[in-house]
Formats: sequence, C-alpha cells, structure tokens
Amino acid sequence: MAKQHVTTTVNNDEFEFLCEPKASMLDVLRDELNLTGSKEGCATGDCGACSVVMDGRLVCSCLVLGVEMEGKSIETIEGMADGEKLHPLQQQFLDHAALQCGICTPGVLVAAKALLEKNPDPTETEVRYWLAGNLCRCTGYDKIIRAVMDAAKEMRAA
Amino acid sequence: MQYEAPQTLDAALSLLAGATGQARILAGGTDIMVQLHMDTTDPDMLVDIKNISELRAITETDGAFTIGAVTTGAELGENEAVKKMWPGVVEGLELIGSTQVQGRATIGGNLCNASPAADVIPALIAANAITNVVGPNGSREVAAEDIPVGPGKTSLAQDEIVVSISFPARGARAGDAYLRFIPRTEMDIAVVGVGISLEVDEAGVCTQARVGLGAVAEKALLVPEAAATLIGTSLDDAAMEKLAAAISAACRPINDRRGTIEFRTDVAGVMARRTAKIAYDRAVG
Repeated sequence: MAKQHVTTTVNNDEFEFLCEPKASMLDVLRDELNLTGSKEGCATGDCGACSVVMDGRLVCSCLVLGVEMEGKSIETIEGMADGEKLHPLQQQFLDHAALQCGICTPGVLVAAKALLEKNPDPTETEVRYWLAGNLCRCTGYDKIIRAVMDAAKEMRAA
Repeated sequence: MQYEAPQTLDAALSLLAGATGQARILAGGTDIMVQLHMDTTDPDMLVDIKNISELRAITETDGAFTIGAVTTGAELGENEAVKKMWPGVVEGLELIGSTQVQGRATIGGNLCNASPAADVIPALIAANAITNVVGPNGSREVAAEDIPVGPGKTSLAQDEIVVSISFPARGARAGDAYLRFIPRTEMDIAVVGVGISLEVDEAGVCTQARVGLGAVAEKALLVPEAAATLIGTSLDDAAMEKLAAAISAACRPINDRRGTIEFRTDVAGVMARRTAKIAYDRAVG
C-alpha cells in the first residue's frame, strides 16, 4: 500500500509528510519529524511515556495512527518550554529531583500539564489518579507528585 | 494495509461492502493499535469511523438518550445530563484504562471489542441499551447483550457498523451502578464486573431491575434470575443473600492469573450486593 499524504500541526508548526498506514503517531513524531522527546516504553498504551495532547485530549501517541494526525493539532514535550525558559512543571521537576533515568519524564510532564490546564488546583489524590497511566520505575512517584503539586501552586500564584 | 477515513456513513458502508480481504473498523484504536503492534491482527483495510457526524452525537428526546458509538470516555464523563441519568454506564466506561486511554477509547469500541472483561458491557446490559446497527441492507436494533458472542467475537457482520447506543427513558426513581473487582485501584482488567439498573416505587420497593455480569464467562451476561431476586424487595439482607446466590450460580469463569474459579464465583456475589446498594441509593435519591 502506498504511503498517504498527511498535513498536521505539531507545537504550532505545520508539517507535511508521507505516512505508512500502519505507522503510529509515535513512529512519525520520532522517525519522520525528529521529535524524539516522546518515548516508546511499551507501545501498547500502558506506560504513558509517549503521551501527547491531540486536539486538547491527552493520548498515548503509540495508540494513534500517524495517518490519524491529518488536520489535527498535536502538542508534544518539545513545545513545553518557552525557548530557553522552562515551564514551571519542568523547573519543579529539576528542583525536586523528580526524575532519575528520564524515560518517563516527557510523558509525565505532558500529562501533568494537561491536568493543570483542566484543573489548576488538584488534590494529591487527583494528581495520582490522573497520572496513573504514566509509569515510572525509578522515583517511586512521590517526588513527581510533589513537583506537580508545587508547580500547580506556583502557576496559581502567577 | 489501506487506511480510509470516510466522512459519511454511506461512504463507510461502501468501503466495507467493497472490501477485498479483511476490513476492520477503527474507532478509538486502543485495542486495534495494540493488536497491530503485537501482529495479532493484519487487516487489509482499516475504516476509521471517527469523522462521521452521526457517530459522534449525543442526543436526548424525552429522557431517552442516544450516544454516538465513537463517544470517548473523556467525552461521556463531561456530559452532565448522561452522568445524571446513567451514572453506572459512565462509571463503567470511565474505568477503562488511563487518562490517556480515556481520551481515545469509545463506548462502541469497548462493546465491539467484545472482551469478556469489558467494563462498559455489563453496565450497558443492565441499562437495557439498544445498539443501532447499519449495514448494506439497512438498519437494525440489537440488544447490547446480543453483540458479544465470545472473546473478541461479535454477532455483527464485517460490513455492519454500530452507529450509536440508545438508552430508554425511565422514571425519576431509577438508578444504575457498575463495580468491578481488580487487585489494585486503577489501570487493571476486571476480575469480576457487575452492572445493575433498577427502579423503585414511592415506598422504595424495587419494581424493575436488570443485572449485567462481566469477566466470569466467555462474554458478559444478562442475568434475569439475579434481577428477579431484587424485584418486590427494598434490598433487605434476605434479598441481598438471594442476589449473591443467583449471581454466583450464573458464573462460569475460567482460572487465570487474575483469579480462580472459586474466587471469581464468590466475589461476583459480593460485588453484586455492593453494586445493587449503590444503584438503589441512587434510585431512592
């Protein structure tokens, strides 16, 4: 089967590419658009390392076909910082040492940002449930949760 | 593999009717994408039905809701009117997967994936939900419990599409609930799932009930014998004992890594009692 032409928007930039029908959005982001911040942990929607926001919804990019990006607006970890200025979530993750190996971190950050846009003042329980689809094998989660809570506080005060 | 994303139902039906080889329908993709990755499915054509407007709509007419087949868990969870009328259906759909999966997984997809442990199916069965199906010969209505026929198998033909799921209007004193047992608190597959919908009269006596049971047979089951134990009662302890016994009697589970036959059969009764109480409290208001 021939590749299909896809036009999409990623982090406010328009992209056009030719897509294998079976390729996932994660494959396209990493291999076609060279946006390698989104990670492949499981490729089955369990680990959240490939989390992106598509038309306002948090999704696993491994569970979306590349051809489904047609006409959509995608936000990835690469769009999170404002130039050299880190997003408050990114800075809090550094301050709290909320990452070790870093593989899960882009997905956690994208998911946490989506939560705070929907709910700027979440309880710890709400943060833990929202991030239940983002697996981290290093930190034991506690520092991640504290970093998200403190980023939320900082963003509310801003 | 050919990928098509038709904008109309007619175009989707034409693609399916004209397909050579295996055609599969793509809704939220949270099951098919995994199967593609694992090489357990290799369709010749995927027909993405998410751009078809009839499949996206949620409508209400005199208390009867019709929910488009590609409505996601996240979308349904934001619909206050559906949540108020069918909280059990919404909680069943919202239990599926993570926040990320909720952004994609659809009500029609969970039904048609036909997992014996699907979370929304027992709730749909309890709600007396009707599936609106279209095919080359027109449309037909299928009760939710008649869609799955076995693990991953449905009664639908390859050229048929589930357009929407309809829920009957019902009285003010009505409630439904869905509970499942999993060994953790989130992100797991049901070991047992129970959906119960019931109506009560002014005195709080149950007048109508339906019970759906998941993860204890080759498909989700409608259990009329269990519903019968509730009717005419106020869900007193004696009725709850009979409910649990009827539920356990309906179980025909397998042993697997998530639970033994004995465990599932026993826990199903416990979950049914808890689910019935929640549905009852919602009905009484």
